[in-house]
Amino acid sequence: MLNNIYNIFFIPEIFLACSSLVCLLFGLFLKKNAFRQTSNLAVFVLLLTIFLVYYDSESNFANYKSLFSHSSFINFFKILALLGSIASIIISKDYFLGIKLKNFEIPVLFLFSTLGMMLMIASNNLMSMYLAIELQSLSLYVAAAIKRDSISSAESGVKYFILGALSSGILLYGFSLIYGFTGSMNFDDISFYLSKYDNLNLGLIFGLVFVMVGLAFKVSAVPFHMWTPDVYEGAPNSITGFFAIVPKIAAVALIYRFCLIPFENFYLEWSQIILFLSIASMFLGAIAAIAQSNIKRLLAYSSIGHIGYILIALVAANDDGIKAASIYMFSYMIMNVAIFAILLSLKVKNEYLINISDLKGLSKSNPIVSLAISIIMLSMAGIPPFIGFFGKFYVLIAAIEQELYVLSVLGVLASVISAFYYLRIIKIIYFDESISEGIINFKISFQSKIILSLSLFLIICFIFYPSLLINISANLTI
Amino acid sequence: MIDWPLVSVIIFLPLIGALIILFIKEDELTSINIKRAALLTTLGTFILSLILWLQFDYSNPSYQYEEKFRWFDDFNFFYHVGVDGISLFMILLSTFLTPLCILASWNNIKKRVKEYMLSFLFLETVMIGMFASIDILLFYIFFEAVLIPMYLIIGIWGGNRRIYASFKFFLYTLLGSVLMLIAIIVMYRNTSSMSIEFLQGNYFSYNTQLFLWLAFFASFAVKIPMWPFHTWLPDAHVEAPTAGSVILAGVLLKMGGYGFIRFSLGMLPEATEFFIPLIMTLSIVAIVYTSLVALAQTDIKKLIAYSSVAHMGIVTIGIFLVNQQGLEGAMMQMISHGLVSAALFLCVGVIYDRMHTREIEFYGGLVQRMPLYATVFMIFMLGSVGLPGTSGFVGEFLVIIGAFKFSSYVVIGAAFGIILSAVYMLYLYKRIIFGTITNNKLADILDINTREKIILIPLAISVILLGIFPNLFLDPMRLSLELIITNYEIANAK
Repeated sequence: MLNNIYNIFFIPEIFLACSSLVCLLFGLFLKKNAFRQTSNLAVFVLLLTIFLVYYDSESNFANYKSLFSHSSFINFFKILALLGSIASIIISKDYFLGIKLKNFEIPVLFLFSTLGMMLMIASNNLMSMYLAIELQSLSLYVAAAIKRDSISSAESGVKYFILGALSSGILLYGFSLIYGFTGSMNFDDISFYLSKYDNLNLGLIFGLVFVMVGLAFKVSAVPFHMWTPDVYEGAPNSITGFFAIVPKIAAVALIYRFCLIPFENFYLEWSQIILFLSIASMFLGAIAAIAQSNIKRLLAYSSIGHIGYILIALVAANDDGIKAASIYMFSYMIMNVAIFAILLSLKVKNEYLINISDLKGLSKSNPIVSLAISIIMLSMAGIPPFIGFFGKFYVLIAAIEQELYVLSVLGVLASVISAFYYLRIIKIIYFDESISEGIINFKISFQSKIILSLSLFLIICFIFYPSLLINISANLTI
Repeated sequence: MIDWPLVSVIIFLPLIGALIILFIKEDELTSINIKRAALLTTLGTFILSLILWLQFDYSNPSYQYEEKFRWFDDFNFFYHVGVDGISLFMILLSTFLTPLCILASWNNIKKRVKEYMLSFLFLETVMIGMFASIDILLFYIFFEAVLIPMYLIIGIWGGNRRIYASFKFFLYTLLGSVLMLIAIIVMYRNTSSMSIEFLQGNYFSYNTQLFLWLAFFASFAVKIPMWPFHTWLPDAHVEAPTAGSVILAGVLLKMGGYGFIRFSLGMLPEATEFFIPLIMTLSIVAIVYTSLVALAQTDIKKLIAYSSVAHMGIVTIGIFLVNQQGLEGAMMQMISHGLVSAALFLCVGVIYDRMHTREIEFYGGLVQRMPLYATVFMIFMLGSVGLPGTSGFVGEFLVIIGAFKFSSYVVIGAAFGIILSAVYMLYLYKRIIFGTITNNKLADILDINTREKIILIPLAISVILLGIFPNLFLDPMRLSLELIITNYEIANAK
C-alpha cells in the first residue's frame, strides 16, 4: 500500500509521466545538442522505469485497482516494451542526426508513446484502455509525420491518423455496446456479469466484434492491416523501427488480456474471429511480402505474418499459449531490433537503404554485416538453431495442446511460403554479383553496436541456454 | 570405455574449427591457411570418429557413449546424444567424406574461400549432430539446420541455374520437415517424452500412427528422395559445386533412410505395416522410371543424380521389408552409395575442372590420355552397378534376398532396376572413357594429380573393402537392427 505521498512518484507509470515532462522541458531549455541530450536522458529515464517495474511489484496501482491491473504477464510485457523503446531510441539516434532531423521532441514522443503502452498493457477497464490506446497512438501519429518537409512522411502520418482514428471510433462503439449490456467498464466485473450466462446476447456479440476489429487494427492483423505497409514506407526509417518494435508488444498484450479476462467464458465467440485473423495474416503476410522491393514494406508484411503466429497462440488460449506469446514476442522484438540497427546504419550511395536490390554485393564489402542480416532473416523464417524457431515451436506446442491440428499445419505452410522472401534477401546479398564495389557504406555508432551485438548474441545463443527466458515466461499469469 | 564426452567433441569440433576460421583474415596469402585449418579440423574429427568405431561394443544393441543434459526446464527436452549400430556408420560416412570434400575444393573454389569452409564445417557439425541425437527435438534442429549451409553452398558456388536450384532445394525440404515438426510435437503431447529410445516401444493408437507416419513420410521421402518427390535432386546436384554434390549424395540423402529406420519402423510399426504396399510401389516405380530417365541424360552429373534416386529406391525397399536381410542390405546400400556416388561425383569433378563441361558428348577416349583415371572411374562405376567384390553388390544382394520373403514382384522390379543400372552406367563409361579421342580439346588433358589420387584412392579402397569384408560393417549394426525388427514384430503381432 501507499504509505506516504512520496511513494506515488515511484510508481513506474507516474514516474515515467513526470520524467517525460522533465525531458520535454530539458530539451526546450537546451541551447545546442538538444536532440542528443534529450535522447540520452530518455534512455536513462526508461532504464529507471524498468528498474521500478521490476522491483515495484506490490504497491503498483494499489489505489487504482478498478482501472489498472497487475500481474506477472503485465510486468513482462511492460519490461519488453520498455526494452524495445530503449533499443529503438539508441539505434535511431545517428539516423536522425544523419538526416538532419534534430527535433528534441522525438525522444519525448517516444516516451509518451511508451507511457501509453505501459498503461495499455496494464489497463483493466474499458475507459482506461481506450485512453491509453489514444495516448500511445497520438504520439505515434505525430512521430510518423515528424519529417514535415517530406511528402511521404506527412502522407504516412495522415494515413495513420485517419485509419487509427477510424479504428478508435469502432473500438469506442464496441465499448459502449459492452458497457450498455453489462453495465460495467471493469474487466473483472464484466467477467463476473457474463459468468452468469451461457450465451452472449446479440448486443454483446456486436460489441465484441467491434472491439476485436479495433484491436485488429492496432496489431495490424489482416484484413485490417492496410495502413501498415504504407505507414512503414512513408515514415522515416527510425520511426518505422519504433513502429515495428514497440507498439506491437503492447497491442498483443492488450488483445490477450481483453480476450482472456472479460470474455474468458466465451471462447467460442472470440476464437472464431481470432482464428480468421490469424490465418489471413499469416498467409497474406507471407504472400504479399514476396513481391516487395522496398525493405520497409517487406518488413511490414513480415510483421503482419508474425502477428498471425502470435494469434495462433491466442486461439489456443491455454497456459502454453501465454508462454508461447511471451517467447514469440521476445524473439520478435530482438530480431526487429537487430535488423533495424543494421538498416539504420547502412548507406547506399550516401542514401539510407530502401531497395532490397541495393544490398547486392554487400557480402563482398561487409562480410560481417551480411552474415548478421542472413542470421536475422533465417531466424525470422523460423529456421533452427536461431531464436525465431523457438518462438514458432512454442506456438505450435500451444496449438497442438489444444488440438488445433489444422491451424498448426496451415501455420507451418505459411512459414514455408514466408521462408521464400527471407531467403530472397540472403540470395541478393550472397548470390547476386555486385555491379560496383564500395557504394555500400556501413557506419554504426558504438551504442548501436552494443545493442546489435547483444541482440545477435541472443538470437544465436538462445539455443544454448533457453531456460533463462523460458523459466520466466512459464510462470506468467495473465 | 571412454570417460570424456567423445560424441559431443566429434559434433562440435568442426564448429570450433569454424569459429577459428572466422577470425582468420582472408586475402591472397592467408586463404591457404583457411583451407589448411579446415582440413586439419575435419581430419581430426575423422580420427576421433574412428575411436568411436574401435571402442564400439558390438554386443550392445542400444545407444553407447551416451551423454544427457537437461536442456529446457519446462519440457522434457534433453541434450541427449549417443551412437548405436545404425548411426555409427552414418557418422563415419560424414566424417570420412568431409575432409575429401575440402581436398576436392582445394583449387577449384577461388572466391570466398572463407565462407565456403565455414559452410562445410558447420554442415559437418549438423550432419554428425543429427545422426547422433537421441532427443527428437535435437534431431529436428540439426535436421533443419542442414538446409542453411547447403543452401549457401549451392547458391554461392554453384553453376548457372544455382539460384533456382538452391531455392527449390531449400523450400522443398523445408516443406517436408515442418510437417515433421508438427508430428514431433504431437508425439511429445501424447507421451511427454522426446527420447527416441523411449518412443521405440511405446506406441500410439493406430489412427494417430497413421497421421504421424504420413507427416514423417513427407519429410523423409523428400529427403531420400522417393519418386515423385525427387525433382529437387537433379537440379541441386547439377548446380552444386563438386563437393556440394558429394555431401548431398553421400550424406544428406541418407538422412531420409536413417529417418525411416528410426522413426517409421521404430516408432510407428503398425502404420508402417499399413503403408508398406505404398512404399514398395513407389520404390519400384522410382527404380525403373529413374533408371530409364538416367539412360536419356546428356549431362554426366544429372545421370548420376538420377541413378542416386534409383539406388535409394533399393534402400527404401530394403528398409520396408523389415527383415534382417532387407535392413542390413539397405544399410549396406546406403553406405555403399555414400561412397560410390560421392566418388563418381568427384570423378566428374576431375574432368570438369579440366574441361569445364559435363556434357557426355564432349568426352570420349579419355583412356588414351588418362589411364589411371579410367581405372579409378571403373572401380566406382562397377561399384554403382553392383558387381560382386564391390560394395554395391552386398547391399543389392541382401535386399533382393530379403525381398524374396516378401513378394516376387518386388524382386523382379528391383532386379530389373539393377540390370538397367548396368546399362546406363556401362553406356556412360563407354561413351566417356573408351574409343579414340575425337575432340581435339581433349588432346592434352592431364591424368589425375597427387591431390586427386589422395582423394580417390581411399574411396576406391573402401569400396572394395566393403565388398570383400562386409562383416566388418555388418557386425556392429546387426544387433541394433535386430532390436528394431523385434520391436516391430511384437507390435504388429498384438
